[in-house]
Amino acid sequence: MARVIIPTPLRKFTANQASIDANGGTVRESITSVADQFPELRKHIFEDGGEIRKFVRIYLGDEDINVLEKEDTKVSPESVISIIPAIAGGID
Amino acid sequence: MTISINKDALDEMTKHAEETFPNECVGFFYGVEGNDRDVLVAREVNNVKEGDQRRRFEVDPFDYLMAEKFAEKNGLTILGIYHSHPNHPAKPSEHDLRQAIPYFSYIIVSVMDGKTADVTSWQLNTETNEFEEEKIEIKQFDKVK
Repeated sequence: MARVIIPTPLRKFTANQASIDANGGTVRESITSVADQFPELRKHIFEDGGEIRKFVRIYLGDEDINVLEKEDTKVSPESVISIIPAIAGGID
Repeated sequence: MTISINKDALDEMTKHAEETFPNECVGFFYGVEGNDRDVLVAREVNNVKEGDQRRRFEVDPFDYLMAEKFAEKNGLTILGIYHSHPNHPAKPSEHDLRQAIPYFSYIIVSVMDGKTADVTSWQLNTETNEFEEEKIEIKQFDKVK
């Protein structure tokens, strides 16, 4: 069990809820649990093959899961997982 | 849609854009959403793009995390992202379109030779996958800290 923070642009898919309680013992299971609860979220987080999308970063607390155990990082009931959209742009 | 921008917030964005020239700047703006959007506060973040920052910007994911926390703490919503186009018009580029996130407003500050020349705001239409321009109204809202 962990709490998953939904980024502002995706809250329309979670009935405007900013955070969702998720089941699971790892980051992957937690995010999957949220996607199961709100299926419209899935395509915004996961590629068709089930990997986390390239334009999405996941943080556990204040740390990028890429410096932890990635999607296999263990979570506890106190864990806070944040879904973060990649933000970039510029002139052509 | 109309986006109303607090004059102080707009001044923050244009000042940041001019100070950063000839590189691109980037920041978040926050406010409340009803039928329209009221932008109350703008806060800059670092452009962490490696390479040519005159043509590109990128936000550190940690700064996005902090932006969400700032919004929550202050009872505000992240309404969008501002960035500058140094010596280019305030029109979204193809690169902006490829990276666009639905829901957010994108305010673009055109800076010509170091001075703000134009400010526009855009939002992605998810059905057409094109940017639609938002009408900007400049207002003086009560000071928000």
